This record gives sequence, structure tokens and C-alpha cells, in this order.
Amino acid sequence: MANFDGEKPIYIQMAEWIEENILTGVFPEETQIPSTTEISAMYRINPATALKGVNILVDKGIIYKKRGLGMFVSSGAEQKIRGERKQEFFEKYVKALVSEAQKLQISKNEIITMIEKGCDNNERD
Amino acid sequence: MSVIEVKNVTKIYGKTVALHDVSLTFKENCIYGLLGRNGAGKSTMLNIISGRAFADSGEVLIDGVSAKGNDSALGKVHMMGEQLLYNPALKVKEMFKTASWFYPDFDMDYALNLCDEYKLEPKKKLAKLSTGYRTIAKAVNALACGAPIVFFDEPVLGLDANHRDMFYKQLIKRYNERPATYVISTHLIEEAAGLIERAVVIKEGQLLLDKEADEVRSMGYSVSGKAEDVDSFAKDKELMGEDVLGGLKTAYIKGSLEAAELPEGLSAEPMNLQNIFIHLTNS
Repeated sequence: MANFDGEKPIYIQMAEWIEENILTGVFPEETQIPSTTEISAMYRINPATALKGVNILVDKGIIYKKRGLGMFVSSGAEQKIRGERKQEFFEKYVKALVSEAQKLQISKNEIITMIEKGCDNNERD
Repeated sequence: MSVIEVKNVTKIYGKTVALHDVSLTFKENCIYGLLGRNGAGKSTMLNIISGRAFADSGEVLIDGVSAKGNDSALGKVHMMGEQLLYNPALKVKEMFKTASWFYPDFDMDYALNLCDEYKLEPKKKLAKLSTGYRTIAKAVNALACGAPIVFFDEPVLGLDANHRDMFYKQLIKRYNERPATYVISTHLIEEAAGLIERAVVIKEGQLLLDKEADEVRSMGYSVSGKAEDVDSFAKDKELMGEDVLGGLKTAYIKGSLEAAELPEGLSAEPMNLQNIFIHLTNS
């Protein structure tokens, strides 16, 4: 179970939690997601905070409101999130990897070999 | 829906100034965290607002009406405090019954359902309850009372982890169903952090802070690394505190960090509500 107690603002963690569930298919496109009331009770967070998290995703077009029914996942949401996460992947992991490699004096070619090895290992598993 | 205005309240016990010229407003339908170290004046403030103690100067208005000795104003406030204000010879259900005389919106079905969920026996006498179950009985009473303003003074005292978690969940559920102003005073800050929309911090009888919880979290960050690097980074910044471990140092700095300014070799982290609280209230 997710636990919103990290050091990022809770509403951001909540938005990321919904995105994660869209990516993994827990909330498929054009289906309803839990209401902010349900989410707030489930994770013991203030409903105003939950609403703030949901509104971020509404603004990004990842979910939308159906009047009187609730919140639904937009079509194309999964691809949108994936694209965004790819960009983040570069910022968060690739840049960190390169700077750590420099600290350890690992050459560019060595990094590439290591990544290839990592990919191969994963494929075999 | 009710608003509390605390205006220039001062309270002195003997030689101790428990509250010194405190003014603040609790807006309607919001969950507040009232935070402060032991003896900071939290309970004194809640006691004054709920009519259990009187201010030496200043006043408390509930929906614009002075609360002092005013039954209809005080009927809008319920306080779950440390003391049990009911006759300990009463059974749990009789306590609910008594509460319903003061709070006409008391929800007996809800209270009995909660008892069931907590496995609290409604026929048991208050005096026979363990510390934990006495807290639960008071918490159920507070959640069910239906008052537009409810104070929870240390609502999880003596509760095990499961019961604390249940309480937080019930509180949010109840708040969703029946919005009210909840003021939670607790030392278990991180546990309750997610529930809190607005944080009020009291230090030595004075109001130190009254802000949205998210804003409080962004009031500071920590930077760690080699002591001399941390020192040179922090020298023109406002420090909240620091921890030293051998040649390593962590500095707690006020304000927000510009990502570009962090030098190589130092790492920065946001602070959580409890960390901010600790460094703000360290004397």
C-alpha cells in the first residue's frame, strides 16, 4: 500500500500515486478512479489535500470530471504520463548515473557496456 | 459551520504566563494541527475556548458572540481532553446519552457502530476501561457529538498503532461526511501530518506560526556534507539548527533552495513537518 509520508508535498505524492496506477493499468483509460473522499479516508489525508492532487492531474488533462459521476481517466493519459516519465528518467537517473560514474572514473564506453549488460540480464530473467 | 476568534488572550497561573496576548482565528470546516512543546500553552488555549478556563484578559468569540458563560456559543464546541469529564460510574452508552443532552446533533447510531468497530463494550463502566479504551471512548464521543467545533487534545494517548490508525481513518471519514472544524493537538506530529490542513504552533505561551501545512513544509530544507563545505554554503543563510557527526554536518536552513546554487558534494533534502517543528521550537 502506498504511504504518503515522504518528504515531498502530500498532494504531489498523491498525484504521482494516481499516475502510477494509470501506468500499471490499475486505472484504465475511460474508467472511473476513486473519489477524493475515498482516497482521503483510505490514506488518512486531508480531503483538501487530496483534491489539490487530483486538480493537478485535471489541469494536465490526465483525468477529467464527469458531472455528477466522478473523475475518469482521459484517453491518451497513459501515453502522456509515459512521455513525461521518460523526460524525468533522463533528468533523474541518467544525469545522476553519469555524475556518479565520473566520480568513480568510469569511462563513457564502460558505462555503455554496463548498461548493455544490465539490459541483457533483465531480458534473460 | 462555526468560526472561532481568539483575541489578545492572556492567561496567568500563579507566576507562569501560560498564554501571552494570543490572537488567531480558526476558520470553519478545516482540520487544524495545534502544535507546541510540553507546557507551551496548547491545552490552556483549548480550555479557554471551550469554557473550561477563563482568560485573564482578552476574549474568545464564537461566530461573533463572546463565548464566556454563553451556553449557546459553548454548545458549538466539544473538547476531548485529557480528563474524563463524566462520572466514572457511568457506562459507555450512558456517557453518550449524557453527551446528547448537551449536543442535540449527537449521533447515537454512529457512536455505537464505532464501539463495535473498536470492540468497545457499550455496557462497560468508564472506570473499568483501560487507558487506551478510555481514550477510545472519549474519541468516539467526540466524533459522534455533532458539534461544529471539536477539539482533540492528545486523541491517541495510550493507543496502539492499529487503534491510532483507525482513529485517523475515522476522523477523515467523519470529516468528509459531516464537515466541521477539528483542532488536533498532538505530539505525534508525523502520524497526523497528512490530516492537517493548517498548522498553528505555540511556543512559550505565544503564537509562533499559523500557516497552511504545505507552506510550513516549504519553510526550510536541510543540507549535508563535509562540515567546512556546509559551513561555507550556509554562512549567508538563516540557520534553524545543525547536527554534527565527526567531519559531517547537516544544517537546517530557512527558506527554499534554488537547485542551481547547491555546490558539488553537498546534498539537500526537504524537511517534514516534524523536523520543521523541532527546529522552530528548540529554545
